[in-house]
Amino acid sequence: MTAGRPGTGGADAGFTKSEMMIVAAARELAGQRVCFVGVGLPNIAVNLAKRTVAPEMELVYEAGVFGARPARLPLSIGDPTIVTGATAVTSMWELFAYYLQGGLIDVGFLGAAQIDRFGNINTTVIGDYTRPKTRLPGSGGACEIAINARQIFVIMRQSARSFVDRIDFRTSPGNLGGAEKSERIRREQGWLGRGPSVVVTDLGIWHFDETGEMRLDFLHPGATLDEVRATLGWAPHVSASLAPTPAPTEEELRLIRDELDPEGMYTK
Amino acid sequence: MSGSKVASMRDAIATLVCDGDTVAIEGFTHLISFAAGHEIIRQRRRDLVLARMTPDLIYDQMVAAGVARRLIFSWLGNPGVGGLNAIRRVTEGADASLELEEYSHFGMVARYTAGAANLPFMPLRSYFESDLPRVNPLIRPIASPYGDGTVYAVPPLKPDVTVIHAQRADAAGNTQVWGLLGCQKEAAFAARRVIVVVEELVDEAVIRADPNRTIVPGIVVDAVVVEPWGAHPSYVQGRYDRDNRFYRDWDPISRDPAATDAWLREWVYDLDGRAAYAEKLGQERLDSLRPSGSAPSGAVDYGEYR
Repeated sequence: MTAGRPGTGGADAGFTKSEMMIVAAARELAGQRVCFVGVGLPNIAVNLAKRTVAPEMELVYEAGVFGARPARLPLSIGDPTIVTGATAVTSMWELFAYYLQGGLIDVGFLGAAQIDRFGNINTTVIGDYTRPKTRLPGSGGACEIAINARQIFVIMRQSARSFVDRIDFRTSPGNLGGAEKSERIRREQGWLGRGPSVVVTDLGIWHFDETGEMRLDFLHPGATLDEVRATLGWAPHVSASLAPTPAPTEEELRLIRDELDPEGMYTK
Repeated sequence: MSGSKVASMRDAIATLVCDGDTVAIEGFTHLISFAAGHEIIRQRRRDLVLARMTPDLIYDQMVAAGVARRLIFSWLGNPGVGGLNAIRRVTEGADASLELEEYSHFGMVARYTAGAANLPFMPLRSYFESDLPRVNPLIRPIASPYGDGTVYAVPPLKPDVTVIHAQRADAAGNTQVWGLLGCQKEAAFAARRVIVVVEELVDEAVIRADPNRTIVPGIVVDAVVVEPWGAHPSYVQGRYDRDNRFYRDWDPISRDPAATDAWLREWVYDLDGRAAYAEKLGQERLDSLRPSGSAPSGAVDYGEYR
């Protein structure tokens, strides 16, 4: 592993691994029109994108807001700042039935506790469902977002406990057992969603290849392939043209540190 | 105007919430009636089935106080902070004792909507290839009667009692809300009994001047309780902000059963109601939660037609 303090992007990098992850996730949103914003890390990534690569993007929050313009980055995604100045505030029935299930969402941006190589997500339990080792929050809106948003982005830190060969519970479907099955089931059952397209971690950026499995395309500054392999429960597909993720710019770091997360809630 | 439904919180809970009831205190992050939850704890109700999309700290406190037998929910956490520790203590490991009935957000909203509309189920395009129907047999696949595929169905949820908090209502229970609307309208229409808790009691004329803002009409309301600060530490759009400090403070308190009991004693059992709670919070804390500025809506003209 490259020298450097734990949690940093390498010696003298001048930014943390969390900051690199958030910046990389925000950049993936360039060109997207409508984004459904999940709780936690997706919230800061999407709000950074809105201030950089995707100023026209509509932010949708499950609490019932379309076209949010949050003036601060809240602890909870049900904060009053997502209401003031928004395009529309709706009942949650309208939000889920008309906006999401009706097909208006281009990107659903989710976090996860566990993910497998095909992008299937667990946010429900660690261990057996009836006697869990750890009880996690559950689906929230993730299950229907995974099915109805046109594509799914995921942001989460990589670890051997979270990137696993078999997830303990499938809360939200990804590419199921592979691309062939996923495409057949989505077609037969009329899902609007094409499934996961990107997973951004604190080590790199994964896209999904023709087999439906995630493939490492970018490695963040300071991260190594050994580190990537040590934090995965399977042997990863690595792009033949693996490239370094461009480091955060001064402006991206300023937005995170001064405007979006001055208390370090998301970037610690 | 006749038929005032204005009641004290003590009387409303005493007469409308019974042991064994299914109780929904709804409000998505916004407008959560902590005041009603605390009164239910004080009156020591037992064996309740607690329904709520996001149990939040209020159900963590109610479970810690021993009022609940079962939880119906879709997201179980303290947003941005972590888990609900009192609930985790009774849902993890071999000694798990609290019954869980789990949906997705859309599934919960669909259940209330079916309940409000008196339908036998609500179809939705969720749950395909998810493990949720495997662990909750009430989520069932159903073929379209028109031959175009399969969807999932969830059953109606008809609470014995729904409690909602609102900015204002008149004495008859006509209730107006702005800001996040959550599923309060659906949960209220689905319920057998409804308690509305408000920051402000207003004249009927105030309601009639802006009928688009009415989410629940008095005809489905059984009691109107006037309880300023009744949603703290959640928030009321335009009146007070979410007290994120409390949401963070609850994490270490709730990790320790003795600290949790001590908190319940100090802030619930030893107080006689919300006014005492607000006084105990103190003016400085309350003032710190006021919005940083004003953002009034533009007025609309409904017109007069004679």
